Amino acid sequence: MIRVEQLTKRYGSFLAVDDISFEVERGGVVGFLGPNGAGKTTTIRILACYHPATSGSASIAGFDVFKDSMEVRRRVGYLPESTPLYPEMRVREYLNFRGKLRHMTHPERGEAIRRIAERCWLGEFIDRPIGQLSKGMKQRVGLADAIMHEPEVLILDEPTLGLDPTQIRETRNLIKELGERHTVLVSSHILHEVEQTCYRTIIVASGRIVASGSPSELRDQLIAKARVVAEVQAPAADVERDARSIAGVRQLEVSSNNGWVRLSIEPDEGKDLREDVYRLTTAKGWAMRELRREGASLEDFFVQVTAQQRDQSTG
Amino acid sequence: MRNIPTMVQRELGAYFLSPIAYAVSAVFLFSTGLAFGLGTFYNGGEASLRSLFEFWMMLILAFVLPMLCMRLFSEEYRGGTIETLMTVPISEVEVVLGKFFGALSFYVVMLASLLLYPILLSSFGPLDGRLLLCNYIGLFLLGSLYISVGLFFSACTKHQIVAVLLSFAVLALATFASHGLAQQVEGWPRAVLQHLSVRTHYFDFVRGMVDTNHVVFFATTTALFLFLTVKRVEVRRWQ
Repeated sequence: MIRVEQLTKRYGSFLAVDDISFEVERGGVVGFLGPNGAGKTTTIRILACYHPATSGSASIAGFDVFKDSMEVRRRVGYLPESTPLYPEMRVREYLNFRGKLRHMTHPERGEAIRRIAERCWLGEFIDRPIGQLSKGMKQRVGLADAIMHEPEVLILDEPTLGLDPTQIRETRNLIKELGERHTVLVSSHILHEVEQTCYRTIIVASGRIVASGSPSELRDQLIAKARVVAEVQAPAADVERDARSIAGVRQLEVSSNNGWVRLSIEPDEGKDLREDVYRLTTAKGWAMRELRREGASLEDFFVQVTAQQRDQSTG
Repeated sequence: MRNIPTMVQRELGAYFLSPIAYAVSAVFLFSTGLAFGLGTFYNGGEASLRSLFEFWMMLILAFVLPMLCMRLFSEEYRGGTIETLMTVPISEVEVVLGKFFGALSFYVVMLASLLLYPILLSSFGPLDGRLLLCNYIGLFLLGSLYISVGLFFSACTKHQIVAVLLSFAVLALATFASHGLAQQVEGWPRAVLQHLSVRTHYFDFVRGMVDTNHVVFFATTTALFLFLTVKRVEVRRWQ
């Protein structure tokens, strides 16, 4: 349904999106997760036909976003991050206007407005000027506008930004529901939100995809690469030499930390070396005050990825 | 092209809901009233609208129309609504023409208010209907050109003030300066400058002539600026 191939976007010398490729199948909600500045909004804007790519291609429902832009726009409902609206128009008026732009007939518009007013809980303020609405209400209007023409694909950029917890929950449920009949791509920098609504997550940082898959796939991917970290009391040189003797060590690092030695081991794929490290320390009689697996949870991974991106941009 | 009426309706509605449009209309009514009151409607004056239309209107419109047009694109850029506008199945041409005709429609409403003056003068002498019609055609064409210029500069910047200032500068130059410059030179440069001067083309309408030469001038220059506006909007998007 959504296909992105070697997409690159450069703003002057700044590389916002760096050769990313992914595919999203019909139906369901896919999460686009990453820290701020990772390139999510840029990629989304290219998919929504708002900006062009520097190189590479993207297509939705088989139509190229650059060559068949009109066809793509007919099939996409897009909600930008800032939910821009016209403050002087009333909600109903605005939705009617948007319906006309999408070439919906008068009865179609009437039916659609009735339907989305219920779905997005617009009832109480549908005749109020948009300028008088709260952020949460405006967000709902934006979402209503995006789903009004029953598009095949929905692209939502941070749809719960600025909402209170109740509204976030309601929106999340609505998105899950929408996933039953549309293909939805949701971008967010809030991890647990994505975990709850999406059957698949694509994690981006610094313009590149760093991981992709269902929650369990991601967990497996992460655990396979998880480092083992231990803090022991022993001469650093000894620790380094002896730790190398453990089978399955791909790479290791030793550093001093206040009189203790910090050992960080990158194991071969899928090996859990915690027990081996424990056995080593007991055999050598070293005191140990920490033994853990790092980066094994999505949250740790996300924190790591965010920190990496930050270092790259400041370094 | 079917989105153009939708855009016109929305822009016209936005004008009637916008305090700025009312303020601009007030400025228009005040300045035309002043020009009429001081320049025509005094004891012993000639009962003709000529001085109003010949000189004052060009100056007043060069001020007022840019102010009317400044919000057309600048507001969309500022508010981010350009993003939701350009991601529905509408072309840049439809957007530009829709905004152009929306502004033009509001201008026509403003022009209707001018009818007060010939009505007032008609109590002093016979009203020349055909002359008035010529004047109005001239004002309509002049306004179209000014609006297309205002629209273009609005599409160039998200700052409404900059749009107004640039439009006014260009209009003042094209309307007044080129005529003044033409007076300084002789021979073919003079002819060229006069032909490029908006004033030259507008004046015949004031005098009661509808010369196709002039209609073509206004039509092509308006079309030129509309074309430039479409290109400007496209460039901004395809960056």
